[in-house]
Amino acid sequence: MILDQVSVFVENKPGALADVTARLAEASVDFKAFTVADTAEFGVLRFIADAPKKALALLKLGGWVASLTPVVAVKMSNEPGSLARILKVLSDQGIQVEYTYAFVAQEKGRAYVVFRVADPAGAATLLEASGFETLKSITD
Amino acid sequence: MAYYQEREERMSRDEMRALQSARLVEQVARAYQRVAPYRKKMQEKGVEPGDIRGIEDLRKLPFLTKYDLRDEYPYGYLAVPLADCVRIQSTSGTTGKRVVAFYTQADIDLWEDCCARAIVAAGGTRDDVVHVSYGYGLFTGGPGLNGGSHRLGSLTLPMSSGNTERQIQFMTDLGSTILCCTPSYAAFLAEAIHDAGLIDKIRLKAGIFGAEAWSEEMRRDIERNLRIKAYDIYGLTETSGPGVGFECEEQTGMHVCEDHFYPEIIDPDTLEVLPEGSRGELVFTSLSKQAFPLLRYRTRDVCALSSKACSCGRTLIKMAKPRGRTDDMLIIRGVNVFPSQIETVLINEGYPANYRIIVDRVNHTDTFEVEVEMTEEMFSDEVRGIEQKEKTLLAAMRAMLGIQPKITLVAPRSIARSEGKAVRVIDKRKI
Repeated sequence: MILDQVSVFVENKPGALADVTARLAEASVDFKAFTVADTAEFGVLRFIADAPKKALALLKLGGWVASLTPVVAVKMSNEPGSLARILKVLSDQGIQVEYTYAFVAQEKGRAYVVFRVADPAGAATLLEASGFETLKSITD
Repeated sequence: MAYYQEREERMSRDEMRALQSARLVEQVARAYQRVAPYRKKMQEKGVEPGDIRGIEDLRKLPFLTKYDLRDEYPYGYLAVPLADCVRIQSTSGTTGKRVVAFYTQADIDLWEDCCARAIVAAGGTRDDVVHVSYGYGLFTGGPGLNGGSHRLGSLTLPMSSGNTERQIQFMTDLGSTILCCTPSYAAFLAEAIHDAGLIDKIRLKAGIFGAEAWSEEMRRDIERNLRIKAYDIYGLTETSGPGVGFECEEQTGMHVCEDHFYPEIIDPDTLEVLPEGSRGELVFTSLSKQAFPLLRYRTRDVCALSSKACSCGRTLIKMAKPRGRTDDMLIIRGVNVFPSQIETVLINEGYPANYRIIVDRVNHTDTFEVEVEMTEEMFSDEVRGIEQKEKTLLAAMRAMLGIQPKITLVAPRSIARSEGKAVRVIDKRKI
């Protein structure tokens, strides 16, 4: 299964990231994981939240440029070698990972890793066939 | 005191007026006869060549603008058969905004004479090594000073701009004595020479710097750092190129080669000719050019004229360094940039025409930044995707302007929308 990640353009100036997160906090959007890609000139905030469509609508209403990006989130055990095993499945099939980030699950000893790939549905099917569990929503 | 063309450069005011009058009468007759747009403009104003009997009648003629020249691109204002032309030069800008100037051999000769006057006024002789680091090509800087140096008989180094290391190597190995380039490039070279620890190997004595605005403070800086005397030079492609005005050792304004280019100062709003000493828009009439004669061409540069006697012995009228423009043209690193060109690129590339141009001068070099608002179309969750689109936009800007800005992506709607006159340009340069 695949998840919707919210991506937001963040200007490279003090307070820009604070503004976005404050807006989301007001609407009680709950971040599960996030990452900021930064360049010398701008940043892209990417996050997984409980209600991505609502978050997107809020941001657009507030004048931000934002979009939904389908990503694969894979459950893994919180132990050495887990990530390597997942990546091997992807690399064996020649799947290129554009970016990735991880978060620790509520469930003890578990973590999730998020992948951005060209064909997320295909990657999810592949991983499931290899015995991995993918998330269909963040409330899993 | 040395002069390249002493007779013309030291004529009495009366003689000069007589020469200008004779040349103007001839020029107007020729333009009227051979250039349909001039004929039409004059007829619309009810002026005939017979009404122009001397330089005092010049004010009866209509003005000419860059737009007139563009409308008739490329051949409309050509006054000789194309077979008689030997060269073109052109302003920077898009096809639509380009001005192409044509030259006969005689036009090239007089242009190069003017540049030779400038080199001599800066202390140049046939024993000098003239290092020309202006760009060569359609831009008039390189070809103009190159030609002037040739005519004078100096050893000419056609360096063109860029490749700083090679510039310095030739300067030291061949003992360049006069440097010709934009003031910002001179400042840059000075720094590079100091960084390389080669200042004592440099034999420069003078520099002829133009094509962009520079302050007195910058002049002193360059003079100190390169241990030279720095001279200003003025010109524009439409008239010929550099050499229309040049400084002498007094450094109190540029002598105008008024035997070829007659200057007037007008009020840009009322179009009235202003008395000597008033600041206003500079207007040129080319009195002797054959291929591309200009009658009352509005330069949009703002300055003042003075015919006060000069200690150098030249009687040519002097123009003050231009300060400001009567249009929105920016000169950035010597290149003419109109905000409307940036707008055109943005619209063509699918961006909102909401932008801000920020120009500054850091270490004597112009910085040029364009703020563009992020859009849904340009946005991607992948940095690479955004950078790819930014690159495409940069390439389009470069193709349009001939110079590449730095693009800064800003949040949507963060650039103030126009309330009346939009603030599109922030020029922080202190010139």
